Amino acid sequence: MPGKLKAKIVAGRHLPVMDRASDLTDAFVEVKFGNTTFKTDVYPKSLNPQWNSEWFKFEVDDEDLQDEPLQITVLDHDTYSANDAIGKVYIDIDPLLCSEAATVISGWFPIYDTIHGIRGEINVLVKVDLFNDLNRFRQSSCGVKFFCTTSIPRCYRAIMVHGFVEELVVNEDPEYQWIDRIRTPRASNEARQRLISLMSGELQRKIGLKVLEMGGNAVVGYLQCFDLEGESGLVVRAIGTACTLEKLSNPQPPNAAAQHTTANSSPSKDLKEPVFGEECPPNPLSSGPSTPLRAPGFSFSPSKSYSRQSSSSDTDISLTPKTGMGSGGSGGKDAGPLKTLLRQQTQTALEQREFPFFTLTSFPPGFLLHVGGVVSARSVKLLDRIHNPDEPETRDAWWEELRQEIKSHAKALGCHAVIGYSESTSICEEVCILSAAGTAAVLSCRLLQDGCLDLVTEHRLSRQPALFPSGSDRVEFDLGSSGSLGRDVSKALLPVCQSARLDYSRIGLDWNQLAASLEAQVASGSQRTAERTGERCEDLAPPGCGFCHIPYDELNMPFPAQLSYCYCCRRAKVPDVLFTTIDLPTDANITGKGCLIQARLCRLKKKGQGEGNATCISSLLPFMEYELHTQLLNKLKLRAMNALFGLRIQISVGENMLVGLASATGVYLSALPSPGGIQIAGKTPGDLSYEQHMSNMQRKINDTINKNRELYHVNPPEAVEELIGSPIPEIRQRSRLFRSHSESSDELSELDLSHGKKDAFVLEIDDTDAVEDIHSLLTDAPTPPGFFSCNTEVMPGINNWTSGLQMFTSVRVFRLSNANLTNQGLNKIFNELCENLLKSLYFKLRSMVPCCLCHLNFAVAVPEDELIQVAVTAVAMSFHRDQIQDSNKSGEDRAPMKVITENEEQLQFPLELSADTTSPQGHNTAKNSGPSDGSTGGLGGRAPSVDYSSFADRCSSWIEQLRVKAHTIRRGSIKTTSSTDRASPLPEGRSRSLRSTRSFPGSSSVTVVKMTPLSFIPGAKITKYLGIINMFFIRETTSLREEGGVSGFLHSFIAEVFAMVRAHVAALGGNAVVSYSMKECVFMENPNKNQAQCLINVSGDAVIFTRETDLEVSSYTQPQTNANTQSNNETNEDTPA
Amino acid sequence: MSVELDVFVGNNTIMDEDVYQLWLDGHAVSDAVRLRMESGALRDCVVSVEVVQSDTMDQFRTFQMCEKLLQSPAKLANQLLFQIPPHKQAMMIERYYQFDNAFAREVLGKKLSKGMKKDLDDISSKTGIGIKSCRRQFDNFKRVFKVVEELKGPLVDNVRHHFLLSDSLAKDYAAIVFFANSRFETGKRKLQYLSFQDFAFCAGQLISYWTIGAVGYSVMEDMDVDLEKEFLHNLKDLKVLINDKDMLDQHKSLVCAQLRGKIKVFNEMEANFKNLSRALVNIAAKLTHTKDVRDLFIDLVEKFIEPCRSDRWSVGDLRLFLTHYTSSAHMLETFRFEPIWDRYMGVIKSCILKMYHD
Repeated sequence: MPGKLKAKIVAGRHLPVMDRASDLTDAFVEVKFGNTTFKTDVYPKSLNPQWNSEWFKFEVDDEDLQDEPLQITVLDHDTYSANDAIGKVYIDIDPLLCSEAATVISGWFPIYDTIHGIRGEINVLVKVDLFNDLNRFRQSSCGVKFFCTTSIPRCYRAIMVHGFVEELVVNEDPEYQWIDRIRTPRASNEARQRLISLMSGELQRKIGLKVLEMGGNAVVGYLQCFDLEGESGLVVRAIGTACTLEKLSNPQPPNAAAQHTTANSSPSKDLKEPVFGEECPPNPLSSGPSTPLRAPGFSFSPSKSYSRQSSSSDTDISLTPKTGMGSGGSGGKDAGPLKTLLRQQTQTALEQREFPFFTLTSFPPGFLLHVGGVVSARSVKLLDRIHNPDEPETRDAWWEELRQEIKSHAKALGCHAVIGYSESTSICEEVCILSAAGTAAVLSCRLLQDGCLDLVTEHRLSRQPALFPSGSDRVEFDLGSSGSLGRDVSKALLPVCQSARLDYSRIGLDWNQLAASLEAQVASGSQRTAERTGERCEDLAPPGCGFCHIPYDELNMPFPAQLSYCYCCRRAKVPDVLFTTIDLPTDANITGKGCLIQARLCRLKKKGQGEGNATCISSLLPFMEYELHTQLLNKLKLRAMNALFGLRIQISVGENMLVGLASATGVYLSALPSPGGIQIAGKTPGDLSYEQHMSNMQRKINDTINKNRELYHVNPPEAVEELIGSPIPEIRQRSRLFRSHSESSDELSELDLSHGKKDAFVLEIDDTDAVEDIHSLLTDAPTPPGFFSCNTEVMPGINNWTSGLQMFTSVRVFRLSNANLTNQGLNKIFNELCENLLKSLYFKLRSMVPCCLCHLNFAVAVPEDELIQVAVTAVAMSFHRDQIQDSNKSGEDRAPMKVITENEEQLQFPLELSADTTSPQGHNTAKNSGPSDGSTGGLGGRAPSVDYSSFADRCSSWIEQLRVKAHTIRRGSIKTTSSTDRASPLPEGRSRSLRSTRSFPGSSSVTVVKMTPLSFIPGAKITKYLGIINMFFIRETTSLREEGGVSGFLHSFIAEVFAMVRAHVAALGGNAVVSYSMKECVFMENPNKNQAQCLINVSGDAVIFTRETDLEVSSYTQPQTNANTQSNNETNEDTPA
Repeated sequence: MSVELDVFVGNNTIMDEDVYQLWLDGHAVSDAVRLRMESGALRDCVVSVEVVQSDTMDQFRTFQMCEKLLQSPAKLANQLLFQIPPHKQAMMIERYYQFDNAFAREVLGKKLSKGMKKDLDDISSKTGIGIKSCRRQFDNFKRVFKVVEELKGPLVDNVRHHFLLSDSLAKDYAAIVFFANSRFETGKRKLQYLSFQDFAFCAGQLISYWTIGAVGYSVMEDMDVDLEKEFLHNLKDLKVLINDKDMLDQHKSLVCAQLRGKIKVFNEMEANFKNLSRALVNIAAKLTHTKDVRDLFIDLVEKFIEPCRSDRWSVGDLRLFLTHYTSSAHMLETFRFEPIWDRYMGVIKSCILKMYHD
């Protein structure tokens, strides 16, 4: 009997009138957990009942505690007929099971009814007494913390990152059970809500068990999804990254940490190395994820057979659906015409089990070494009824297959890990597209190793370099193998670890130089991802550009691409374009700002059934991916940028069309070569008017590029020269190199180091299609002045956030009335749809200007024949304009954007000097200065400003200038910090509500809860994570018109979902939700019957945050937040409108 | 292609005060969009009609969803559905309960019943106020009336407390409630020249000085809605001022002595004194009957204000006259009802002065 759950029903308010005669309600409450139910007394004739019940006690297994929600039902007592239900509250008690999270749940919860929505509120108190359970065969995993956040949570540090965890559970969907024909919609909805709640509890418990067996204590980047497969069932699946986290009790000032780590980390590192190799002799790269193997009790998914061949193709169709996967899984029919490149590698059974995948999108500094490029895989499956819910092998095997493919793609890129990994599905009738995507990468083994204590310190140290102006970084590693790394992956990692030490002479400089290039392409078909090989640099790359250096072998590239030497350090090769699914590393060197880039595409398809339909979809997919990739690349060039972060490609399937939407944030990575312009080439040069037209178009394109350069401050000096120096590229005929990536590799040599030479992209115009393409390129409306947008955590190049933030969800459904649409027409419509949606957002949020829409997350769906649904969730954050203007002032100031926090004491600007200081001369000076920096090691952190002298004069004066500026800014901000802010130790929301009570007599203590899809809150420090919020709601109506039509219905439903999320967070004692996302928004309507139904699934992390008052702490824990933004004006922050 | 569904929901409810006003004024979405496009507010940003339309729809929907809460403002503060900062809540409430004086003037003193609703169309076309807006204002009056009617305690405070309104707005509502409760006649043609604010002022005077609450009884019995019966009854005693011929003459000579040379209309005053005095005292004496209470204002206009106006009294003259007319009574030896007299004349004087204009 390991747990005692106690619940107390205090009171209700704003209850609906249930008795028409008296206009009152006789309410009572049923409290149910598992199979036990308690009731309160009836509180007669009141809309604000005060039950003040006793404590209801449930004695339960902790397994149940994890799986079951506490179910509270409010009813109206009726003497003569059945009692009427008013509504329900489901409370997930998981947060109470973790000692570090919440201790009590107490607060007002909206009473929710699936037909009527919110009907009043109820005040509930819940506690759990947990007894220790030493049974090692236990089925529960209490105490494992879950985080939706896809980075190491702010108030923790990672001691170890164990690797990928996944699980899925399946069940019959209650909506499709026979009983649904005779029960009310309400009963059916509630059965579904309850089932999904149970299933996610079970899923979380099972994943927790896996984590425990791996030796971890937390899951970070927990991503849970539902697949509503209709007739064939309901799948709840989750992936995450198992970690061992340690709470940062008292974050130390950076210099102290640095000092004490310098001494001891290097020896221990050496010691560990052999152990590491021993563990996984064949492939050290997988060491992280392999940890689970050593845990004897660990089983991946019981009863699963691994006999399946690794047939990986995104076009697999399961032809033998009913046989299950054990026998060999999908028929493996390769329909993909573009399936190439896949290096089938024989994999040992051992390797097959584990996936070196990480759902994280940002990492502790030093963890991410190199990025290969995007890897993704899709497969089309036919759904069939899940016969035995206890054996979900089929679905498991499907995913396994995809993961296997991803893994091999990553290998082909010379990468041993996949980061920023995610999985998704799109279902239409019986066809299901499974997608998996991530970024191939090489990671440092530091955190992947098995628990060596020094990792702690090392990790802390690793944060250091980012803060230091000079490259005084990781001295401790022994310079080991300098051997060239072949494409042998196993070798690749070791040198990385060892080579972490660098010769400082170079590092010092590396900070300053920006430019390297890397290129990844999203290849289409079975293999997108393309990367180029380069000679591998043995030394650890500097943080600012190192991740851009290619991880693969230059001579044996997995695909053709152009390489050049890194524009930052000149020591390693980089591709010319880099696509990734992760967030921009905080220490990356970038130029200018970023912006949202979207590729949009619709493809008609014939209606079909069964296999025919699946085949049809499979054959369309590669072309769609190819098109999307092409669009992305063109738009990227149009913005004069060279890298994409946060790339997310969705392909949704409908009855008669496929819709593809790729979103990413474009940036100019200083390490990569400047992108060339876009050239268009006509086919028939003879025609004069045609040429006229062409050159007009060319001029337009060039204008747009120039305008964008201006807008995003993408002005690396070379680029400027180039623009001035070279005339508009003339129209010429050329092979469509960009479309086919067919650049022959012999061109490579001449491209080397020729950073001055920009090879323009050539777009050949040979048919109306291409004209359309170019038009669509140019029709992307520019963001209105004062607005920026991105789909990553934060906007690259902006870091002076104010505390004004506004999270929002916007949903649009379009009906395509025209029956005879062409692909072209469809594309145009879809494009307009997205553009208009963005325009609306900008208009709505205009009062927040200057502001940035961050984490713009688009979700497309094709709910019915002629409907396209787009749902967007994002956060608008305003920032201080003054700094931007400052940086606009001169080209010199503009180029280096401060990505890293400025620290109060130390002014640790990353020394990204504008590129014109990185002349060879500067290189040398820096080299000379380097060693002195290096020898002082951590000490450099204490007096970082000391060594500037060794830089070129102009560098130091530039630094001085910045420092002066920073001082003024800081002073200004202190002035605005109100004394009440400083004095109040309370969580911001609570203290504020107290205050507001005073100022406004009517307001009661409704805690203000902030919601954001980001993992942090600008200007604030997250002091505690209270647990994961994972909620699923269904709303249905049979009086659609009366509720204001579909828009009114959905509007109130979304508002209700927000309200319920806020209420749960507030009840846990929190004042914000971070990493919030709306995973699912399934909307169905039947206007003729006046009916509609909607399902929404949201998740996030409940936290307590406090306003920053201590500058040092702020800069230490919040690398994204500028210290000078921490003071803020309370009154502004929630009032964007 | 058509937009089937279009929704925007923010964690903090986004609202534009101008759009809120358009909604309150009862405009349809299409009108509101047109007005917004025409107004200068959007001149800075380049937006298409569709964008404004979508935004307006969203906000109108939000307001509609808020409306229920606005009807019991205390709920707005502790509801969970919309996260609205307190100062915005206050703004929303205040604006929601704001009314057009022209509308209030029409409704003033009428019974706030369902039957009244039919007349709203007429009022709407007469005043040019949108019918939706009229309904909202009327419902507000009714709601406030219903809640406050039976409550103990100062009327203004009750309104302010239950509807979280500002002081001035609460006072106006108190006036409306007071008029509706006592059903004062305000609709006669002769009263048409009076504005709502004139009446509101008078109501304030009546509430402050003539109700039970005014004399400072215990809080429990404190009722502001009704005039104090006992006081009205006692007003009969004032009749002595006109019935006793000596007293009337004496009163007249005292007043004349005071005013001689000070007012321009002295002669007219002297000639009319007895009529004026009779008018005022008769009004007082009649107040025992509910029906006559209702006619208070029409009586004041017909019996006192109009004669003065026809003699072209200036406001200053009138003020002087009323001041001395009131104070001179104290000098009458046989007059024993000074407290009642002062209580009566204080209110009457300020009401008359407020009502004395064209």
